[in-house]
Amino acid sequence: MQLNKQYRGVYPLLTGLLIITMILSACYGAIDISTAEIFHAFGKTVAGSGNLTLHERIFMEIRLPRTLFCLLAGAALAVGGVLLQALFRNPIVEPGLIGTSSGAAFGAALYFVLGSTLHFNTGEWTLPIAACTGAMLATFLVLGLSEKKQAGKTAIVTLLLMGIAINALFLSGTGFLSYIARDPQARSITFWNLGTLSGASWHAVIITSVVLVICFWRALSNARQLNLLILGEEEALLAGVSVQRLKREILIINVVMIAVVTAFTGVISFVGLVVPHFLRIWRGADNRYLIIGSALAGAVLLSLADIAARLLLRPAELPIGIVTSVAGVPVFIFLLRKKNYYF
Amino acid sequence: MIQLSNITCKAGNKILLQNINARFEPGKLHLVIGPNGAGKSTLLKIAGGQISPHAGTVLYETKRLETMSYQALARVRAALSQHMELSFPLKVWEVVMMGRYPHIHGNHVRKDIRYCHEAMQLFDLEELSERDYMSLSGGEKQRVHFARIMAQIWEPVPGSCRYLLLDEPLTFLDVHYQFQFMQLLKTLLQQQDLVIIGVVHDLNIAAKFADNILLLHHGKLVCSGTREAVLTSAHIREVYRLEPVIYETSDRYFLFF
Repeated sequence: MQLNKQYRGVYPLLTGLLIITMILSACYGAIDISTAEIFHAFGKTVAGSGNLTLHERIFMEIRLPRTLFCLLAGAALAVGGVLLQALFRNPIVEPGLIGTSSGAAFGAALYFVLGSTLHFNTGEWTLPIAACTGAMLATFLVLGLSEKKQAGKTAIVTLLLMGIAINALFLSGTGFLSYIARDPQARSITFWNLGTLSGASWHAVIITSVVLVICFWRALSNARQLNLLILGEEEALLAGVSVQRLKREILIINVVMIAVVTAFTGVISFVGLVVPHFLRIWRGADNRYLIIGSALAGAVLLSLADIAARLLLRPAELPIGIVTSVAGVPVFIFLLRKKNYYF
Repeated sequence: MIQLSNITCKAGNKILLQNINARFEPGKLHLVIGPNGAGKSTLLKIAGGQISPHAGTVLYETKRLETMSYQALARVRAALSQHMELSFPLKVWEVVMMGRYPHIHGNHVRKDIRYCHEAMQLFDLEELSERDYMSLSGGEKQRVHFARIMAQIWEPVPGSCRYLLLDEPLTFLDVHYQFQFMQLLKTLLQQQDLVIIGVVHDLNIAAKFADNILLLHHGKLVCSGTREAVLTSAHIREVYRLEPVIYETSDRYFLFF
């Protein structure tokens, strides 16, 4: 029994992988960019000289923000999975199952359709706010409706079934909006539902990183209490955790984080399921390790998925949600078939 | 010492506990008995601060329970509850270490590791310490949780008693561990600052080990005191609707049904 022996070496390894994937992600895509060009682009930008070559401009304006955003999104989705799984003490919960993603998609669809139809101010923040509102609405609907009257406890089966119902509701709402939408709007909505990182911009990177820094900080400061929570709400209470406050905070962190990311990327599923699960098998289930580890591994995984999405149909690109789903569904099925998970 | 004064607790219209008065002094083993639905668990939960009573007060020494924060309470009071659900692959020692969480900020230190070791030794868990909790049997899981709550209050608190509340601690244990566990409680009680309250079903266990027995029935305290005072034919007949044969010598007390 030594001080976190089992978790040793995880972070350096994952950080190393992260750096490698970052470089790959920066270099390969519809157009390959060499490392020399990357250095030149950085050099010129720092020096402030405006005459970048085409490749250098593609790198600075498209590839780099996309690479960075992809890391942020992967980290957020994976950590979101960890938080929800701890909250419901169940390893198969992920943001998509409790309505967060479909709600965000609906909010975004509303924005795409109404925003351009009604000509209201569509500043940089409007889409995230719309998606965030949708996500919160859907999530709290699911949670509120599946809460048992007396105990304040949520049975996992009720929760999942309620998730299916509310997901269906919001998906049909999104469907309706894309049905009445004009062509470019409808395409935005479709893309959105499949998940794509092609819209990543520097604005998205900045907004998301601000939100994520706060959310990760809060998540990490609650990690130990989450460990107690996975023993059971009563046990956590007995060990001095104010369970209601913890649950509320974790839910808010989770919804905000997932909603903001989803607002820019659309629906990307299974990252929140696969990454924490893999890390648990690999080393263990302490939430402090899981949060940091999932942030790193989620970033790596989503970057790899994004590279695949860019390269498989080159020069066209595949929506990343398709890639993560194809890779994630088998894992999900495997998880369900393993019997020792508690419902 | 924990003191309950005029405790009444309801669930809807149903009265779970009615006007209970009880004192739990340190150094004694207090065991609560009674038929199903008598209010034993409710009593324990009220004493542990998990539910607040509708009327009455709970005192920890001179402090009213509701004035203490969850955290402050967790440093002096540990409780074993009845469920042990956990669907994540945590190591046994990680679960035991969680008992130390109320005391530590940031990472655990050498002292916490030592306490966990000692708590695990008490329950023969040393060899299981690296095992995955989910792979354990029911009884082993229960011992892990014993070790966890022992680690929680392992260290004497200056100026305060420590309180251990056990809701049916023997459920998953075999006879060997049942007796070993009860013996262990008696040994622990030699530390004079420890208050132990337990709920048990086995009347013979209560007769053998308890210093003070509380008999609950329909939410009321029928009587409390020594085994000779509480475990009488009349009481058993009234509460359990059974006719016991009581075998009593100077140091033994058995009930047969």
